[in-house]
Order: sequence, then structure tokens, then C-alpha cells
Amino acid sequence: MSRITKTFSLLKSNNKKALIPFITAGDPSVEMTKKILHQLVDSGADMIELGIPFSDPMADGPVIQRASERALANNVGIRKTFEIAKEFRSSDQDTPLILMGYANPIEAIGLDEFLRLCKEADIDGIITVDYPHEESKEYVTKLRENDIDAIFLLAPTTEKERIKQIIKQATGFLYYVSLKGVTGAQNIDIDQVKHRVAEIKSLADLPVGVGFGVRDPETAKAVASFSDAIVIGSRIIQEIEKSNLDNMLENISKIIKSIREAI
Amino acid sequence: MDNYNFPDQNGHFGPYGGTFVAETLIEALDELKEMYNQFKDDKEFLNEFHHDLKHFVGRPSPIYFAERLTYKIGGAKIYFKREDLNHTGAHKVNNTVGQALLAKKMGKPRVIAETGAGQHGVATATIAARLGLECVVYMGAEDVKRQSPNVYRMKLLGAKVVPVESGSKTLKDALNEALRDWVTNVSNTFYIIGTVAGPHPYPMMVRDFNSVVGKEAIGQMDDLEGKQPDAVIACVGGGSNAMGIFYPYIPYKETRLIGVEAAGHGIDTGKHAAPLTANSPVGVLHGNRTYMMQNEEGQIIETHSVSAGLDYPGVGPEHSWLKDTGRAEYVAVNDDEALAAFHNLCKTEGIIPALETSHAIAYAEKLAKELPKDKTILVNLSGRGDKDINTVANIAGIKI
Repeated sequence: MSRITKTFSLLKSNNKKALIPFITAGDPSVEMTKKILHQLVDSGADMIELGIPFSDPMADGPVIQRASERALANNVGIRKTFEIAKEFRSSDQDTPLILMGYANPIEAIGLDEFLRLCKEADIDGIITVDYPHEESKEYVTKLRENDIDAIFLLAPTTEKERIKQIIKQATGFLYYVSLKGVTGAQNIDIDQVKHRVAEIKSLADLPVGVGFGVRDPETAKAVASFSDAIVIGSRIIQEIEKSNLDNMLENISKIIKSIREAI
Repeated sequence: MDNYNFPDQNGHFGPYGGTFVAETLIEALDELKEMYNQFKDDKEFLNEFHHDLKHFVGRPSPIYFAERLTYKIGGAKIYFKREDLNHTGAHKVNNTVGQALLAKKMGKPRVIAETGAGQHGVATATIAARLGLECVVYMGAEDVKRQSPNVYRMKLLGAKVVPVESGSKTLKDALNEALRDWVTNVSNTFYIIGTVAGPHPYPMMVRDFNSVVGKEAIGQMDDLEGKQPDAVIACVGGGSNAMGIFYPYIPYKETRLIGVEAAGHGIDTGKHAAPLTANSPVGVLHGNRTYMMQNEEGQIIETHSVSAGLDYPGVGPEHSWLKDTGRAEYVAVNDDEALAAFHNLCKTEGIIPALETSHAIAYAEKLAKELPKDKTILVNLSGRGDKDINTVANIAGIKI
């Protein structure tokens, strides 16, 4: 059983929902990312999504794009991301770590090298934003061979037949994008999300997480009432932008704790 | 290249092309694919398209024998396909007329576009005004500065121009921003992509709408010379004018197809926009797989060209395929050579070409010199250079 599946079943038996924060590797610096990762866990995160910086993050909003730009300015790319992940894993063997990124950095180093680095850093799952299931057969096969979960996005516009196709490829959990838009947008419609998550859950045995637009404890609470996990990203990165190095960890911790309590 | 039949059903040109987008865009692309398949052979749709090309754009564009230039160079005969004479001043309008008509058929009241040099933005704003569609154009903040006449032109036509401040602030970033808009407003918005890139079906659709250029040329060359040219030359950024003229010529095996990329300061300097000539690695960006300028970790690198319209790190996936199969050849011309060709054409033929087009002209001059006088070269004169006079004046240190 993968670390992600284990975490979900443990949470379920305790009647709890997963809190999955997202940060970008190398933002604001390599050293701070390492500290933030542990802080997230200490404040109540159940799993972590670590973004691989990319120069052209098309599915992300301005907040996460700025995080990528800061990371790239620190010379953090896919290889440094793995270094950070490896160091995190050396002192935390329990928290699932999911990498989220775009196809090009993976293809640039090559899929086999990417998988080798995943194994070395003991990565649990991968989300590749611009690999729809039609274009990712080899990728999914190889992730499975290596016991790494292939996490796929489902959109408000994804039709039922397509959801079924995606479920066949997906492992770990399904990531429902709560709105038509990019990460960090504001206009989430709770009732609509609830309806869609119920539909997905009727088709899949996998847990369903919700992200893109979860910004505050109230929304998180509402969404957690019908889903298995909450992903929160832009809101944390905004805290990184607003804080100085002395109060950053504390400010991030406050956000995570407030959401943890709410769900 | 017999029975050339690309892309396949999923938009692949060999290993290139495809649909590499976030799940949020899949439904919109499926809808577009379905509608395009329905209309591309629809008689009424094609009649409307060709009616607009004739009466609004001014097609067919003439083919012109550049007699003085040919004489000056003293080699092969040089002909120009005069896309610069189209309404809005470039080949770009062929595609926007087609896509805007499709938007109208699909009931989308709002169109968006990305633009580099501004030609595609102007063409989109123009057809949006004509069809009464709301129009938003994304343009890199750097390009907004470089191409201010076109920015004002778009505004006059009623479009909203959004300067894009992220990344390198050029065409690729404008494309990212347009994709984000589309994801967010997908129900009422049609995204008019201006080049033969992007996810399937765009590379195919943009090529098809622009292929009117090559189709006309085949008939015209037959009338003028009684034979097809020995070489067809076009500049390549994303590659829409080149695909437009190359595609109908693919079965004409005796005709060499030559794409001219921007070598910027020189291929060796790394400051260029020539992924095919430089043999850049293959990558995935903007929804398709193609040759792509990037570093060893897959970050897209900044490109350089004196012409904003060629300043793009990738290239349409069909060009990658034509390169690999050898059906087309790709070469590069640097900033200085392009500028020299620009000035030469102004004075020799009384035509001010776009800086993008000047790259193709520069290579045509080189090739013509090497070929005997009974050979013919057809250059796609893809756009006029009115938009570039500030850039050219600046380089010469002249204030206008």
C-alpha cells in the first residue's frame, strides 16, 4: 500500500480529512523551503505537494507563477527540487510527498532519470499538469512499475465518460479542480463542487481531493464536509510573499492551523 | 511524402504536436475539434470564408516578379507572394477570418488572442469589429513597447490590449496569459491562436486557413512561368505563413521548401530564435511537443530577434516533422542580414517588408545568387513593414 493510500485510510478511520498544502521548491530560498516543509507537517499537514519550478506555468495563476519565478531566480529547477525532497524524507518518513509540475522539465531530464530521482528521494505521487491521460500512457505505466501514484486532475468540464477513462489511469487520489480557472482564483461555487465531487465519488474508489480556490477556513470546512482532502496553495504562497524571514514560519503555521481546525 | 496525411486523429505529426494541456481545457478543445471537423468541409461555411477573403481581405493576393532585385542579384528569378497587400497588412488575417467565423458559428460572443509583433492582434481586432465580437488581446509588455503603432491600431478597432508582465514579457508569455483567460472564460470565449502552434486542433486549423496562400500560388506560378518554383521560401517564428504556403506544395517534390528562422545575434551566441536550425531539444510547451529552446532542466529560455513576430522559443509541430522527414529545410538569418535585406527591398522594389519577412528575403537573396538565371524562387512576402519603422529608425539612431 502506498504512503498516500495508507494516510488516507488512517485519516478515514479517525474520521478526518487530509490537509494538503502546496509550496514551490526554492521559494523564497532552498533553505526556507526545507524549513517550511517541516513547519507544514508540525502545523497539521497530512501530505505535501511540492511544486517543481517551471518558466511557463500555464495552469497557474499569478501568485504561483511568481513563486516559480523566485525559485528559478534562485537557480532551483527539477534537480534541486529532488535534493530538497530527499532531505525532507531523511528526517520525515511518514508524510507523503507529492511533486507537482509540468511535462517539459520531466522530458528534459528524461522519464527514466526522473523516476530514478523519485525513487532516490522516496517520492509518493506525481501530478503533471499538462499530461492528460491520452498523452501519458508510458508515464503512467512507468510510475506504476515504480509504485509511485499517478495523480490526475479532473475539471468542472470533464464529462462522465472521460472521468471513467481517467480513473482507470489514476492511483493515490483524484484531484478535483474546483473552478474554471487557474490556481488562486476566487469564485468557488460550493454547491456545484459538492455535486461534482459526489458524481466523481460514485464512479471511483479513490479518495477525492479538492483544490484551486480554497483560500480560507470557511471554504475549507465546507469543501471538507463532502471531499477527502483539501489542497491549499496560493494562500500559503501569499503568506510567503508578505512575510519576512523572521515571521514567515509562524505566519504559515497560523494559516495551516486555522484550516486544520476548520476541517 | 506521397499521400501526406498529417496530423493523425489526435493531432500528432509523427512524434510532434498532440494535446498537452491541463484537464480544464480538454472539453473546450474537444468542442473546437468537433465544430471544426463539422465546418471545414461545409459548403456554406467555406463560401462565407472565401467571400470574406475576397471582399474584406482583398484576395487573391498577387504574385509579383521582383525584376530589379533579380537583376541586382544576377541569379535565379525572385517572385513575391504579396501577403503584405492583404487588409491589415499580413497573412495573419486569413486565419483570423476563418477562426472568427467559427467563433460566430459556435455562438461565442467573445474572442481572445495573443500577439507578438501585433499583426495577429490587429487582424483579430479587425475581424472582431467586423463581426461585432468582444475582443481582448494579450501582448508581452516588451512587445507593447516595441510595437506601439499596432497597440494603438488594436485600440482604435475596439479591442482591449492587456500587457503581460510575467516571464520574459514576450509572445510566449502572452500565449500563457491567453490560455489562462480561456480556461477561466471557456463557456463564452473563443481563443483565436495566431500561429500553427498550440494544442490540437490549432496547428492543423491555422495551417488550413492559411493554406489559401499556397493554393493561390500554385495557380499563379503556373500562369506566370508555366511551372512551379524551384524553391519556396518563408520566414518561421511559430510558422503560420510558412505552413500556409508550404502545405499545398508538399506533393510538388521538385520544389524545395525552405523555412528561415531568426538567428538574432547569431546561433553561436545562444541569443536567437531558431530552434530548428540550432537543433534544440524536443520539448512540451503551449499544448504541443516540438523543437524548443530550453536549458538542460527544461526551463524555456529567452529568445532574441530584432523582429517581435519571430521571437518565440518553439515552432509549430508540423515544421518539426517536416524537418525530420527532410521535406522542408530550415536555415537562419541574423538581425543584421535581415535589416540589410529590409533596406535593400525598400530601395530596390519600393516595398517596405516586415522585419519578419526580411529574414526570408535575405535568404532568398543568398540562394538566388547561387542559382542559374533559369531557376525561380518564390518568397512569401508575409507582411508589410509599416509597423517596424520605429524599430528600424531606432537602430539607425534616428528619431521619428
